Amino acid sequence: MALQIVDGCVNCWACEPLCPSKAIYAAIPHFLIDAKKCTECDGDYADKQCASICPVEQVIVDSQGAALNPPGSLTGIPPERWERVKAEIQAR
Amino acid sequence: MELTVLGQSQTEISAGGCASSGCGSNDDQLNHLPEHIRAKVHNHPCYSEEAHHHYARMHVAVAPACNIQCHYCNRKYDCSNESRPGVVSELLTPDQAVKKVMTVAANIPQMTVLGIAGPGDPLANPERTFDTFRQLTEKAPDIKLCVSTNGLALPELVDELCQHNIDHVTMTINCVDPDIGAQIYPWIFWKNRRVYGRKGAEILIKQQQKGLQMLVDRGILVKVNSVMIPGVNDKHLEEVSKAVKAKGAFLHNVMPLIAEAEHGTFYGVMGQRGPTHDELQELQDACSGDMNMMRHCRQCRADAVGMLGEDRGDEFTMDKIEAVDVDYAAAMVKRAEVHAAIEATLAAKQQKKNETFISLSSLSIPKKESRPVLMAIATSGGGIINQHFGHAREFLIYEANAHDVRFISHRKTDLYCSGDDTCGDGESVLQKTINALKGCEVVLCSKIGYEPWGMLEEAGIMPNGEHALEAIEDAVAAVYKEMGEKGLLDKKPETKQRATA
Repeated sequence: MALQIVDGCVNCWACEPLCPSKAIYAAIPHFLIDAKKCTECDGDYADKQCASICPVEQVIVDSQGAALNPPGSLTGIPPERWERVKAEIQAR
Repeated sequence: MELTVLGQSQTEISAGGCASSGCGSNDDQLNHLPEHIRAKVHNHPCYSEEAHHHYARMHVAVAPACNIQCHYCNRKYDCSNESRPGVVSELLTPDQAVKKVMTVAANIPQMTVLGIAGPGDPLANPERTFDTFRQLTEKAPDIKLCVSTNGLALPELVDELCQHNIDHVTMTINCVDPDIGAQIYPWIFWKNRRVYGRKGAEILIKQQQKGLQMLVDRGILVKVNSVMIPGVNDKHLEEVSKAVKAKGAFLHNVMPLIAEAEHGTFYGVMGQRGPTHDELQELQDACSGDMNMMRHCRQCRADAVGMLGEDRGDEFTMDKIEAVDVDYAAAMVKRAEVHAAIEATLAAKQQKKNETFISLSSLSIPKKESRPVLMAIATSGGGIINQHFGHAREFLIYEANAHDVRFISHRKTDLYCSGDDTCGDGESVLQKTINALKGCEVVLCSKIGYEPWGMLEEAGIMPNGEHALEAIEDAVAAVYKEMGEKGLLDKKPETKQRATA
């Protein structure tokens, strides 16, 4: 039972001081979670701390690879709208 | 020094779009403030309109974390070519930041202020922010320290902040109504959980108002930044201005929303437009009835270095300064000399300005018929007209009327879109510049080429290179006087600009 930080992390340091298990560490190219230390905040907090402050969607995932902050959940931008705008910008 | 407008009542002045003591004179907008406040801000480029021509500032990017999400911000993006808040190229540790500040202070002696403005919220990174301040207070005592914050963590940190010899704080306050807040802030991080929507906005607003009060109670100067978002808080910002003034903030800075789709922000992607120059100016004028307004803000990067409107960050990247050995004691001596020279220049200018002012007020233009005129100035700093039209990436906008000359705003020519639908893809840089100057009747620059001259004339804007290297306000006054003599102030300007856009 451990969370992971995946590609897309912007290295903003927000999660690192919040981790009750000190499982998060700075690494290259992005922050990582030590799976041996991560408790998913069980017993410390109701909400998983790293996922609760992470500003980027889909970057904190559970052991099954599912995003704790799925697309659209933080920005409020509906995913299909984002895809459309991204395609338009890239076509310029 | 209090400047009075000779022979004219305040009511008459307001006809020119200026309704308060905050901008009624041709001098710095801080004139009416008490002496002890002016002493604190007179050499701060971000607080004093006059100072920004002569003094420099820098930001160090030590604070990347944030505890709220704003719809105009996207944490994923940074770009070396963009100038907007939250954008940085290089994140620094507090030790690196201290080294950078001392190197810059030794190389740019006009630098008076070090600010921490993100890229996240400096108070969501208290250890990094305070470590930087602690070291600088000790090692570089001649540098003023500053911080910007969204205010969420402010109340709990106010006392620690005050220990670091901070005398200015900038708070971003976009609303005092949680229903409006819910349209700006999708979530905040509060007491170990994410709080969404109206509830989050309510907590944020409460903390901001509490923090503002605490700062004012401790004698810290507070400037309030607000982002003007058309259709969201544009009608509400006058109320914000009143509320923060009542609490004791001394300066309000209403900034235009920057929202291009390619920035990947909620507003950018969803097509929220930014305000036009006219809308921004109108709101600033409306708010100035209640509060001292700031109009020279450049919405700079969180790692900006140098004078407002320029960025010398590339000269001071960590790889370039790591090997530099700074003799700060020697640098402090040099800095003190440079600052004394600037003060002497300003004092001389002040003297001259008063003379100009008197001659201006004695202009023989019939007051009833003369109307205000907007003029755009190409300048690279120092308060003089010293830039080629084609090299200017921004213009300072001044308004002249029968009584005085006042600074209105600055307009960037290519960095953000004002939301005008004329900004199509095929538009030339020159056409963009001309569109950015909409509403101006004159452009003052050091030189201008044949082609832009013709296009400006076509657009109803008169280019003028005759006042190169003159002080801006004197030149604007002289051109206004000339226009009066030619009878150009009796009638409304021809609005050809729409036709060519």
